[in-house]
Amino acid sequence: MAGFFWLIPFFPLAGAAALILFGSKMSRKAVSATACLSVLASFLLSLAGKVELLGTSGASAPLAKTLSGWISSGGFSAPLAFVFDPLTAVMCLVVSGVGFLIHVYSAGYMAEERSYARYFGLLNLFMFFMLVLVMASNIVVMFVGWEGVGLCSYLLIGFWFERPAAAKAGMKAFVVNRIGDAGFLLGMLLLILAVGVPGFTEINAAAAGGRLAPGLATLAAVLLFVGAVGKSAQIPLYVWLPDAMEGPTPVSALIHAATMVTAGVYMVARLNGLYSASPAASSVVAWTGAVTAVFAATMALVQTDIKKVLAYSTISQIGTMFIGCGVGAYAAGIFHLTTHAFFKSLLFLAAGSVIHALAGEQDIRKMGGLRTALPKTFPAFLVGAMAISGLPLLSGFFSKDAILAGAFASGKYAVWFLGLAGAVLTAFYMFRLVFLTFFGESRQGEGTRRPLHESPGIMTTPLIILAVLSAVAGFVGLPAVFGERVDLFGRFLKPVLGAAERPLPAAAEWNLILVSMIAAAGGLFLAYLFYLRYPLIPGRLARRLPWLYKILVGKYYVDEFYDAAFVRPAVRSAGFIYDRIDLKIIDGAIDGSAAAVNVAGKGFSRLQTGLVKDYALAFLLGVVLFLGFLFIGAR
Amino acid sequence: MIPSSAFLALAIVLFVLGVAAFFVKKDLLTQFMAVEVMLNAGNLAFLSLAGRAGKAEAQVIVFFVLTVAAAEAVVGLAIILHYFRQRKSVRTEDVDGLKG
Repeated sequence: MAGFFWLIPFFPLAGAAALILFGSKMSRKAVSATACLSVLASFLLSLAGKVELLGTSGASAPLAKTLSGWISSGGFSAPLAFVFDPLTAVMCLVVSGVGFLIHVYSAGYMAEERSYARYFGLLNLFMFFMLVLVMASNIVVMFVGWEGVGLCSYLLIGFWFERPAAAKAGMKAFVVNRIGDAGFLLGMLLLILAVGVPGFTEINAAAAGGRLAPGLATLAAVLLFVGAVGKSAQIPLYVWLPDAMEGPTPVSALIHAATMVTAGVYMVARLNGLYSASPAASSVVAWTGAVTAVFAATMALVQTDIKKVLAYSTISQIGTMFIGCGVGAYAAGIFHLTTHAFFKSLLFLAAGSVIHALAGEQDIRKMGGLRTALPKTFPAFLVGAMAISGLPLLSGFFSKDAILAGAFASGKYAVWFLGLAGAVLTAFYMFRLVFLTFFGESRQGEGTRRPLHESPGIMTTPLIILAVLSAVAGFVGLPAVFGERVDLFGRFLKPVLGAAERPLPAAAEWNLILVSMIAAAGGLFLAYLFYLRYPLIPGRLARRLPWLYKILVGKYYVDEFYDAAFVRPAVRSAGFIYDRIDLKIIDGAIDGSAAAVNVAGKGFSRLQTGLVKDYALAFLLGVVLFLGFLFIGAR
Repeated sequence: MIPSSAFLALAIVLFVLGVAAFFVKKDLLTQFMAVEVMLNAGNLAFLSLAGRAGKAEAQVIVFFVLTVAAAEAVVGLAIILHYFRQRKSVRTEDVDGLKG
């Protein structure tokens, strides 16, 4: 069964092909059934593969399969090859499992949509590329998946392309990702040049064995990380993710929260040998993650669009994952990736359910008091918020704690502190969202108030499953203080990612857990004070510190800065080139040569009188001249 | 015995007459006849030179020229007739459809 693991990506590919080619002729039920079942098949096969891996106790013999040769040139060859080791198993399960639930949810959420088949076809295509990305056994195949998910992301952000904002957001995502991908491409080529083979195993072994010059390893790692920064929306390339919320909400949940945006984290973890070999590059990763975690969280504080808050939260959480990867706690990073996939897709889907109930309203200032109206969505959202805030015993608590413990153990105390600050802010803005949306008085406009309705079962069932996962998933990765063998997650991944280097003494770890708990509780309590107990405080604070409030609402004016520094100069120079060079010089040269031919033709055409006699005269003249030459020549 | 140079002189005279007629006359039919005169002047030149050189090839060429001239007469007359039917004129000044 597990020997056929390489089929995992091809179920969604078949689904995508069927839906894109014949979807318009299929009934809605057939469309959603095809899409969901193809992903379910991938999930079940991943599960079988994982069971097999557990049975053989790890990566002593990871499943590998070369489908065919692909690029082969001289001594270099990049075959189309897949691998199924513990890391891939975790990613496959997360991608196909969460993906399956979101597919089911979509069947309800998009029920009124006209382009039903296009939506599910693209969603299935995305699943294919994402699974290729995580199963690739060499970096070239990974790049195919990497670009493919970017393409699907672009197409799905712009799914409602009639709306100019959606089309523009799709374009922005694509262009910003291109910048990152240029870095990825350079890093990839540099690695291939240095190592000679594109396989991850060989690259990691070469880096770990010191066969890469330190400067070269750092350069390649940083270049690859530029790609990760683009794909995973970190500073300075995060600007596309908030705009990507123009896409349908399940797409935001699947692509822009749970799977695609975490591809950068996966890539760094996959190349852990390379990053471990370069402390400088690891520092770049950790610091970028730490600064992003806090920076994005501060922007989430004042957002009023429910999906935008979640988008900035995603940026911040991915920053936290990069902290884990940057301090060498790769397993913790992947652990947080997994739990984040659960609770963030849960939050997005629950937000989608709220938006669905309010007929498209996304502004939290116009919500409030939805607790009783949405009896299934509310507890689901609450569980998600508690998990992401890191309240004890929920999944986010354990994964975030693992990362912070790793950061502390690595000695990068500033990074640890930033991560902790991010955690406080996370708890604060998440509960701000909960209180503003579900508690207090309803702030819907009187005229627009309509009977609220809970979403249908096809949407709430995935919510409940994800809520359960968000609550209990943390128990697979308990911290070491609970015993040597309780960190099942870390032990499972150990063959690929290695163990955390310097385990902390138990007392220090207990203290860190305590600090994390205080951070989460503090953020929650502040949100309670601000938005439930004394709801006048936020407004007063905004009036007291108008400059701070303005900067936060303006999102630090980064978009405006990029616009002024890059976009507008580019547009202006393009306009200049168009006006001056293209229209004047290039078009002028072409028009000019045409005009010259025209004038010459008009002149020469006078020779053509159309009269036979004139032509005959020319004959005669020609003959006379020719004979004359002959005679002169004969002399 | 008439010397072959006399035939050659006659051929030159006929050719020049043909050329002159071609340029002087103003209707296609006569110009066409002038072309025939020039062709036959050429034939005469061939024959006279063939007699002088004592070779038969030149005399064979004359038969080819006659054949070609016959074919040319058929095609040329057909064109002229057709043209006359359409334009009711065979004056060369009127035939300038290829004017640039």
